[in-house]
Amino acid sequence: MGNDISTSLRPAIVMTILFALLLGILYPLAMTGIGQAIFPSQANGSLVRDGKGAVIGSTVIGQAFTSEHYFQSRPSAAGKGYDGLSSSGSNLGPTSQVLIDRVKGDVAKLQATTPDRPVPPDLVTTSASGLDPDISPEAAFYQVDRVARLRGIPAARVQALVAAHVERPMLGFLGAPHVNLLALNRALDKIGAP
Amino acid sequence: MTITGWTLIAVFVAILLLLTKPVGMWLFALYEGRRTPLHTIFGPVERGFYKLSGIDPAEEQSWRRYAVHMLIFNAALMVFTYAVLRLQAILPVNPQGLAALGDHLAFNTAISFTTNTNWQSYGGESTMSNLSQMLGLTIHNFLSAATGIALAFALFRGFARRSAKTIGNFWADVTRVTLYLLLPLCIIITLFYIASGVPQTLAGVVDVSTLEGVKQSLLLGPVASQEAIKMLGTNGGGFFNANSAHPFENPNALTNFVQMLSIFVIGFGLTWTFGKAVGNTRQGWAILSAMLILFLAGVTITYWQEAAGNPVLHGLGVAGGNMEGKEVRFGIAASALFSVITTAASCGAVNAMHDSFTALGGMIPLFNMQLGEVVIGGVGAGIYGFLLFAILAVFVAGLMVGRTPEYVGKKIEAREVKLAVLAIAVLPLIILGFTALSSVLEQGLAGPLNKGPHGFSEILYAFTSAVANNGSAFAGLTANTPYYNGMLGVAMWIGRFFIIVPMLAIAGSLAAKKHTPESAGSFPTTGGLWVGLLVGIVLVLGGLTFLPSLALGPIADHLAMVKGQLF
Repeated sequence: MGNDISTSLRPAIVMTILFALLLGILYPLAMTGIGQAIFPSQANGSLVRDGKGAVIGSTVIGQAFTSEHYFQSRPSAAGKGYDGLSSSGSNLGPTSQVLIDRVKGDVAKLQATTPDRPVPPDLVTTSASGLDPDISPEAAFYQVDRVARLRGIPAARVQALVAAHVERPMLGFLGAPHVNLLALNRALDKIGAP
Repeated sequence: MTITGWTLIAVFVAILLLLTKPVGMWLFALYEGRRTPLHTIFGPVERGFYKLSGIDPAEEQSWRRYAVHMLIFNAALMVFTYAVLRLQAILPVNPQGLAALGDHLAFNTAISFTTNTNWQSYGGESTMSNLSQMLGLTIHNFLSAATGIALAFALFRGFARRSAKTIGNFWADVTRVTLYLLLPLCIIITLFYIASGVPQTLAGVVDVSTLEGVKQSLLLGPVASQEAIKMLGTNGGGFFNANSAHPFENPNALTNFVQMLSIFVIGFGLTWTFGKAVGNTRQGWAILSAMLILFLAGVTITYWQEAAGNPVLHGLGVAGGNMEGKEVRFGIAASALFSVITTAASCGAVNAMHDSFTALGGMIPLFNMQLGEVVIGGVGAGIYGFLLFAILAVFVAGLMVGRTPEYVGKKIEAREVKLAVLAIAVLPLIILGFTALSSVLEQGLAGPLNKGPHGFSEILYAFTSAVANNGSAFAGLTANTPYYNGMLGVAMWIGRFFIIVPMLAIAGSLAAKKHTPESAGSFPTTGGLWVGLLVGIVLVLGGLTFLPSLALGPIADHLAMVKGQLF
C-alpha cells in the first residue's frame, strides 16, 4: 500500500499538469481558433444587426416581446425576464400554487384581447432556459387577429406572414414546429410600423 | 403522444444499435492496447506524457495498485480544480471580472466534476470565468470519463484473464481513452456545434438593444468545446445555468439529437466490448437488451405523462401537454426522451426542467438514478455497475438451481457477492440517510422551493443525483449553502469511490480465478431467461428499496395533482 502510494505521486502530479495543458488550454484554444476562422458568425453568437450595424439580438436567443403590437414571447423565469446573464426555468412543480396563480393571471390577460379560444400551453408557461427564441405555430396564429387589428394590417396578410415563418421539424421528426419570434417580428415591422 | 415523437425515439435507438459494434470494436482496440490509425497523430503525445511522468505503460498493476493510482490521480485533479476556482479572481481570461468561489462552493464543485457528477450549485454565467470553465472544469469532463472507461476495462480484464495477478495499467488506460477516443471525437463534435450556432470565443458579454428597445446582455465564451465533452463523457455540467436548454448550448433539434446520441454512444459500445473481451459478444448483447427494456419502459412513462399534461392547467382552459420548463424547438417528445437518457446514463445535462415535469413524468428520471444508473449508464460506470447486478443475478439463479454460480467462465463465490452487495448498498444508505436527515434539519428544510410532497421530492432528487453521480436536479432546491454544498459533496465522493473500490477488488479476485468451462449445469447468461432475470434483479434490488421514498414524493404529488390539491 505504501509502495503503491509512493509510486503514484509523480505520475499523478505530472499527468495533472500535462492534461491540464492539453485539455484545459490547448484544446479549447485550438477550437476557438478554428471556429473563429471557419464559422465567425456562429462562434460569436449568431448576432443580428439592424441597418445601422447596431446589434439587435441573436438568431438563437429569445428576447422579451411584451407589446401587444408584436407577437408576444413566452413568460420567462430568467432574471426579470429574458435576462441573458441568468438563464433559468421557474422550477415550479405541477402542484405549485404559485405556478397556477401565475398561469391564471396570464390566461386572463390573453383572453381579454383574444376571448373564446383555447390558450396554447407555451404562451402561459415559462421555458426551461427563460431565453426561448420561439413560440409554437398555434401560439403565433392565436395572436394574428390582435396584431393585425392593432397595426391596421389585414389579418390575412399577417396570417400568411406567420405561415411563412413556421419552421417544420428537421427531417420530419427532429424537434417540434416553431416560429422564431425575432425573425417574425422584424418581418412584421417591415410591412407596417407599430 | 404523436407519431413524430415515436419516430424520434425509434430512430434514436436504431442509430445507436448500428453504432454499437463499430464503437465497441474501437474500444476493444484501446482495451487491448492495440495500435489505431490515430496513433500516427497522437502517438507522440502519448509517449511524451509517459516519459515526462515516468510511466511504463506495459507495467501491469494489481487491483490494489490500480485503485491507489486512480484515487491519488483523482485527488490531485480535485485539488487542482479547487485551487483554480479559489484563485479565479486573480487568474486571467475572466472577461466579466467575476470573484473567486467561496470555500464550500469550490469544495462542492471540485468534487462534483472529479466524480463525473457535475452537480452545479452555481449558475455558470454568473459564477465561472472562461478560464475556470476551460481549465477547471473541461479537463475533468475528459478525465472523469476516461477514468470510468478505464475502470470498466479493469473489470473486463478481471472476467477475461485466467489465474492472473494484475488487471492492466491505469495510466495507459486513461491516456489511451482520452487521446484516441474522447479528444478526436470532441474535436469533430465541437466543430459541428460551432457551425450550428454554439459560441466559441474567449470574449465575454455582448450588449444587445432589442426590437422593443430594451438592453439585453448575452454571455458568450468557449461553449462548444465544453459542450462536446460534457455530453460524450456523460458529465452534464453546463456552461450556462439552464444547461442544454440554453439556446447557446443547444440551438436546434439537430444539435439536441447529437447531444442525446453522444450521451449513450460509448455506453452502448462498451456492452459489445465486454462481450468481445470475455469471448462471446452475445454476452454483451444480452446486457444491452436488459438495459434497453428498462430504458424504453422509462421513456414510455415519461413521454406519456408529459404529453398528457397537467390536469390543473387543463382546468384553466390551457389544453395540451406540459410545456412548463420546456423549450418550444424541442417539444415534448425530445424533452421527455432527453430526460430519461440523461438520468439512465450518469449525464445529468438537461434540456428541460425536471422540477416542472408532471409528478410521474419526473419520477422516472429520479427512479433511473436510484437504480444505480445502470440503464446504459455513465461511460464505464454504467457497465461496471450493471455487472455488479449481473453477479447478484447469477448468485440468485445459482441459489434457485442449487449450483455454484458462474458468469462468463468465472465462478462467483462468497467474496464477489459480498463485495457486490457492499457496493450496491452504498446507494440506498446514503441517499435515504441524507434525505431523511435533511427532511428534519432546519438547514435541510430551508432548501426546497416548492411546498408539499414536491418539496420533499426536491431533496430526495438532490441526494439521489449526488450519490448516483448524475448531476441533474429538481433545480428549485437552493443548494448553494454550506449545508447542502457540504452534504452533497460528501455524498458525491462516497457515491463514486465507495462503489469503485469494491468493484476493483472484485476485478482482482476474478482475475486470479481459473476459467470454468460452461457445462450442462451452468445457468445460461445469454438468452431471454437471463435478460428477464437481470431486469428483475435490477428492479427488485435497485428499485424496491426506494419505493417508500417515491410514495412520499412523486406518487403523493401525482395524487394531489389529479385531485387538484395545490401547495
